[in-house]
Amino acid sequence: MRAVLRHPLFRNSAVLAGGGILLLLVLIALLAPLLSQTDPTAIAPRFRLKPPSEDFLMGTDKLGRDVATRALYGARVSLLVSICVAAIAISVGLVIGLVSGYIRWLDGPIMRTMDGLMAIPGILLAIALVSLSGSSLLTVIVAIVVPEIPRVARLVRGVVLSIREEPYVEAAIGLGTPVYRILIQHILPNTIAPLIVQGTYICASAILVEAILSFLGAGLSSEIPTWGNIIADGRDVFQRAPWIILFPGGFLAATILAVNILGDGLRDTLDPRMKKRLGA
Amino acid sequence: MSDAAKTPVLSIRDLSVALPKGGDRPYAVQNLSLDVMPGEIVCLVGESGSGKSVTASTVMRLNTLPVSAAQVLLEGEDVLAAGKARLRDLRGSRMSMIFQEPMTALNPVHRVGEQVIELLRTHKWKGRGVSPEERVQQLFADVHLPDPARLMNAYPHQLSGGQRQRVMIAMALALEPALLIADEPTTALDVTTQAQILELLRELQRKRGTGVLFITHDFGVVADIADRVVVMRYGEVVESGPAQEVLYNPQHDYTRMLIAAVPRLTPRTARPLAGAPVLDAKALSKIYVSTSFFKGTREVRAVDGVDLALYKGQTLGIVGESGSGKSTAARCVARLIEPTGGQVLLDGHDIAGLGERALHPYRRRIQVVFQDPYRSLNPRRTVGQAVIEGPLNYGTPRAEALERARSLLETVGLEANALDRYPHQFSGGQRQRIAIARALAMQPEILIADEAVSALDVSVQAQVLELLEQIRDRFGISILFITHDLRVAARLCDRIMVMQRGKVVEFADTAALFASPQHEYTQQLFAALPGRHWLEAGSAA
Repeated sequence: MRAVLRHPLFRNSAVLAGGGILLLLVLIALLAPLLSQTDPTAIAPRFRLKPPSEDFLMGTDKLGRDVATRALYGARVSLLVSICVAAIAISVGLVIGLVSGYIRWLDGPIMRTMDGLMAIPGILLAIALVSLSGSSLLTVIVAIVVPEIPRVARLVRGVVLSIREEPYVEAAIGLGTPVYRILIQHILPNTIAPLIVQGTYICASAILVEAILSFLGAGLSSEIPTWGNIIADGRDVFQRAPWIILFPGGFLAATILAVNILGDGLRDTLDPRMKKRLGA
Repeated sequence: MSDAAKTPVLSIRDLSVALPKGGDRPYAVQNLSLDVMPGEIVCLVGESGSGKSVTASTVMRLNTLPVSAAQVLLEGEDVLAAGKARLRDLRGSRMSMIFQEPMTALNPVHRVGEQVIELLRTHKWKGRGVSPEERVQQLFADVHLPDPARLMNAYPHQLSGGQRQRVMIAMALALEPALLIADEPTTALDVTTQAQILELLRELQRKRGTGVLFITHDFGVVADIADRVVVMRYGEVVESGPAQEVLYNPQHDYTRMLIAAVPRLTPRTARPLAGAPVLDAKALSKIYVSTSFFKGTREVRAVDGVDLALYKGQTLGIVGESGSGKSTAARCVARLIEPTGGQVLLDGHDIAGLGERALHPYRRRIQVVFQDPYRSLNPRRTVGQAVIEGPLNYGTPRAEALERARSLLETVGLEANALDRYPHQFSGGQRQRIAIARALAMQPEILIADEAVSALDVSVQAQVLELLEQIRDRFGISILFITHDLRVAARLCDRIMVMQRGKVVEFADTAALFASPQHEYTQQLFAALPGRHWLEAGSAA
């Protein structure tokens, strides 16, 4: 255990900070029922649009629901959606991109399929999926993942196309290294930096798209608290009750910031050339 | 040409340029003083990291490194004290620079003529009845570009490397500067082109009386053009003086070592061939076909009917300029690419058309060392991982592979603790040693060295050549040595094949080839060798 903790990953301040914030947010999501005794869906017409006070730390929305409680519970769905979407989109897109970029005869068919996928608007796809299988967390995740995959695949393919011409890849071929190992050992590490950037972007946009889907009625029902839902709810009363948007917005911003910082830290620690520059 | 009464066009006094913190030394250049007289070529010689290029860019004020208590006088005017606007005036008009890589120094999206005209306009050139277009045509004619009127409208990619460098020179001389700084202007060019460009620089400088500060690492080039020589090491001048003295009677040990490291033109005697060839390529060809809707089908015969046979423990050199197909031929033999036609016989088995799976057992017998040691090693993997990669692919247990890697690193002259370090922690020569160790780990019968010493400094080059020779003799490996440099080939090869445009034009024992080159192209290559007269005088002495 001590050896693991001594890994450079745990000495990088960016990794520690980003990971710390993210861990905190996950804890908040998990411990939501302990942190707030209120029911996030309980309507209280008497307390509509109350500003933040001792009773309601983050105020109430237009149905009198406690924004703080809803934001805590909202972390559950939002974090789950954003992290799942990013993880699935990146892993699937990565595999497709690697294969398509390295194996020439597969490149054409795969990329044309990806172009086709990209042409379908995500929202339309979500509506179609929901009408087929009913709205659930899984449908929402699938609907957001599908349009992201081609973007990741294209990004990875671009990196592969340039790295495959590197002499060290040619050297590996000469050493009899099998294709899968060339892809994993020599090419894949080069895709990490752009993927981390793309990943943080996907995390953020997934939370927002999920809200849009809910708003259109193609996602989760609007009474289930998600950060996107809460923000969508507060949109039309923003001038009178800005807290409905500001607080969940703050959580959203903190999440994305954490993912970004963590991403930067990971990129730096995973590249041996950076170590020298950092003097670690 | 130097005249005591004249003032120097460039006079540098006590120039020190600091490097940012964390560099390998505090100063890039320390206490450098030199003068360039009008009509004089001063060569600044040194290996990589000697500070020669930093000196050039400091004179042009192209870098922002801190300069301490120094004077850089351009025709009596202190460049270091000049403001930004004044510097812009001076650059191009009073001092100009040509660079190593003419492709990147020219803007690829503008016609070359326009780029020169733009320069004339920026400096408010007054032609006295000559239009800028006419001026450019005249300049292009001066640098011996064919058909200047037509070439003006060409884009950089439509010109050859030599033509691009001529355009750069025309641009540099457009406003008749007093000082021309040439930073390795011929390093990226073929030898025959290099000879032409050097001749051109000589001619223009003689005609116009321009002072030239010529930066190079190649003593052959120095011997061809220098009036005076300044030798630099680690940012300091170790020796300076008239070219004749420095070349024929070097005083400082470092200069002597550099000169000694320049490969001589003394060919080695070929050792007798024994037995059947290990590798026998017959009628090898590689044809690239590109089909375009408008232009129809175009065929490029990169390698055209090449025969080569490699015997045990022998070194066969393939010499040629860029585009001669020498590297493509080597890649076909190593089966990094698939030849279009012909046979590659390895112990009687034809591997020319085999698929990857059938090829696998043969791969380990032919190994390649590539040109650029900075790119042929994966920067993210440790030296150990790189060296054991091949053996692991062939089922050697990790512990055994590591043990072998350790001893191989010692064989190539590195310490065993190099295993856990990354390639960026080594110098170019050391990396090339790592690449050689990686190839040797496969216990190959044939080693292909594709321009393996071209990217290295001369002193390092000599060491790596020596290493190749040692391992050839120790392990009985046959080497296929690809190079553009006849001097390097002379040191190592038993026999030499000269290639031009995909074909072998001459094939002979090294000694025979050097004694009397038969083919016209081979003769041209010999004539173009930089510093030939000096080398011959040197080897006679």
